[in-house]
Amino acid sequence: MGLMDKHALIEKNATLLLVGSLLVVTVGGIVEIAPLFYLDNTIEKVEGMRPYSPLELAGRNIYVREGCYLCHSQMIRPFRDEVERYGHYSLAAESMYDHPFQWGSKRTGPDLARVGDRYSNVWHVDHLSDPRSVVPESIMPSYAFLKDAPIDVKDFSTHLVANARVGVPYTDDMISSAKEDLIAQADPNADSSGLEARYPKAKVGDFDGNPQQVTEMDALVAYLQMLGTLVDFKNYDEAAGYR
Amino acid sequence: MKFGTQIFALSLFAFAALVAAALGVDEPFRQHMWVLFFVLLGFVAILIRNTSFEAAAPIDPSAYMDGPVRYGTIATMFWGVVGMLVGVVIALQLAYPDLNIQPWFNFGRLRPLHTSGVVFAFGGNALLCTSMYVVQRTCRARLFGGNLAWFVFWGYQLFIVMAATGYLLGITESREYAEPEWYVDIWLTVVWVAYLVLFLGTLLKRKEPHIYVANWFYLAFIVTIAMLHVINNLSMPASFLGSKSYSAFSGVQDALTQWWYGHNAVGFFLTAGFLGMMYYFVPKQANRPIYSYRLSIVHFWAIIFLYIWAGPHHLHYTALPDWAQTLGMVFSIMLWMPSWGGMINGLMTLSGAWDKLRTDPIIRMMVLAVAFYGMSTFEGPMMSIKAVNSLSHYTDWTIGHVHSGALGWVGMISFGAIYFMVPRLWNRERLYSLRLVTWHFWLATLGIVVYAAVMWVSGVMQGLMWREYDEQGFLVYSFAETVAAMHPYYVMRAIGGAMYLSGALIMAWNIAMTILGYQREEEPMPASFPAIQPAE
Repeated sequence: MGLMDKHALIEKNATLLLVGSLLVVTVGGIVEIAPLFYLDNTIEKVEGMRPYSPLELAGRNIYVREGCYLCHSQMIRPFRDEVERYGHYSLAAESMYDHPFQWGSKRTGPDLARVGDRYSNVWHVDHLSDPRSVVPESIMPSYAFLKDAPIDVKDFSTHLVANARVGVPYTDDMISSAKEDLIAQADPNADSSGLEARYPKAKVGDFDGNPQQVTEMDALVAYLQMLGTLVDFKNYDEAAGYR
Repeated sequence: MKFGTQIFALSLFAFAALVAAALGVDEPFRQHMWVLFFVLLGFVAILIRNTSFEAAAPIDPSAYMDGPVRYGTIATMFWGVVGMLVGVVIALQLAYPDLNIQPWFNFGRLRPLHTSGVVFAFGGNALLCTSMYVVQRTCRARLFGGNLAWFVFWGYQLFIVMAATGYLLGITESREYAEPEWYVDIWLTVVWVAYLVLFLGTLLKRKEPHIYVANWFYLAFIVTIAMLHVINNLSMPASFLGSKSYSAFSGVQDALTQWWYGHNAVGFFLTAGFLGMMYYFVPKQANRPIYSYRLSIVHFWAIIFLYIWAGPHHLHYTALPDWAQTLGMVFSIMLWMPSWGGMINGLMTLSGAWDKLRTDPIIRMMVLAVAFYGMSTFEGPMMSIKAVNSLSHYTDWTIGHVHSGALGWVGMISFGAIYFMVPRLWNRERLYSLRLVTWHFWLATLGIVVYAAVMWVSGVMQGLMWREYDEQGFLVYSFAETVAAMHPYYVMRAIGGAMYLSGALIMAWNIAMTILGYQREEEPMPASFPAIQPAE
């Protein structure tokens, strides 16, 4: 009985066909994805990574909500032109707390993996409000409405709890002080010592220039200003991180 | 009472939506629940208007159940036009950014509406209705499960409406082609399992000993999408009364899970399912048997095995470990062969009937679809080679590639299948107009050619400008300059898309007139064989 005749068995049995197909399609995913969870060298050893501060996380959620990833990548490839244009190539460690990842797939606009500290807060607010006022060639939509949208701070700790449940190392201390941290980061006159202890290198400021309330613009700019600033590349061992 | 249970259940759900709208913890969720409430209320109102207390007419268990197929055909046309229209709008937004209307109609919110609109609303409905049509006829059995098919159809439309309105409200998981948030994902899972039961149940009660090859592809597509959808959408809601959730995986693991899903949304939703369509409608329309039975077996198993591995080619040169990138590249290149196995089987089915290309615009459409399938499944493996990908990734080349597959293969084979089904579903002698099919064919074909060619040029140009150095070793172009250079191509791309859309509008007119029972008086298409002329 040839192989083709044996195949007739499958053609006459729908259950066999279903089970056979399902088995065949599971292999690739198991071989490719599963090892990423247990191979130690998947995520490079770096210094400086920490979970997002509450204001940064709120900003990141706005970045996700507005579909920024559809035009901006956050993944610098190890090519001369990209490293010169955007900075050190991206490491897996830099997105280890990203639920979900924001690497993107298209650069209608430039990469943003290391946009933090490159422009002033005022520039970001101008650019987000009216992109062509600062970059005439830009085709980005306007996000001026973020200036008038307050952040809902009341139950923000639930967002930290959800992240902790999927593995981000938010401590109980971080979760219980989420609301205060969020407000303190957007207020240059507040006592931010607790915030800075919990989230080293967190940038404090009145990001949107409106001290009356914490807006979505505050949060988004706070997020943009921290992108790519956490890892200390002076202590990064390039050869050890290669895999 | 007719629809009694349905009215009761829907009212209950509508009430639950109302409660959720009142208690929701974030504004988008509350708005989304109001949308759900009014949609469900609309369903209830329609059912109440159509209810009756007389005993229902007995159903002939041997007759085919074509009601959901007819609705699905109309839904395919409707969502197709909507999805393509949104595509033209966002193409214009890239050329003329002042067309963005914040916040709901900014590019970032409309783009998922376009991709989900064409992939899941247009493509998904095409798959739903053709699979229900094909499985009944090739099994000689009525759809399994009574009203289950209606549940699948309406449940899927509800998914589409919730996904689409969610995008505009800013409710998204940011996973490309899997953007709907957790509660919409759960609903889709329910509908999809019902779809699997419907399809498998119909296969199990078939009266034909053999399961026809089209059904293998449909079955593999349904079961694989179930697996991909569930795993890729694992996430933790911040609140069960809120719209925001956080993905179960992070960073590099999340990226590969997403592109394992993303590439196989292409491989199974947009390829395996549509190959099922090809295996039924091409032989039917050409009136020829499938070219090679052996080839269909080999390429079926090869394609479903290999496709799953190809995901990492979306992550070349990223922080994904090199071994995974290399595996993804190797399997993507191997994928070329089984893909062309399908193309060869489709094209060679026409052997002995090639003359129909001159006379039958529907066959012409199907052949063009298969030809585009062949072209994009060559282009894809080529772009998965790391050296090529280093240039093409992040550019419009990828967008061009996707559209030659989506407009050329998925669109054209679906149009062909609908043109085939509609006269049969509504018992019409023929389509309203074959001449209009020819118009549709040429508008769509030229539209694709314009679109793909323009995107090749702009993509390669973009990639080269980003990496161009002057003789002193400095980058020549700022990023903003490369954006400005894209403008003419973005305008031309919108024109290509508008041509394709106008073809679809002509089709919608043609289909609507056919359904309404009209026949356009027109010169018939030339006969297959020219009339013999007497010698002079």
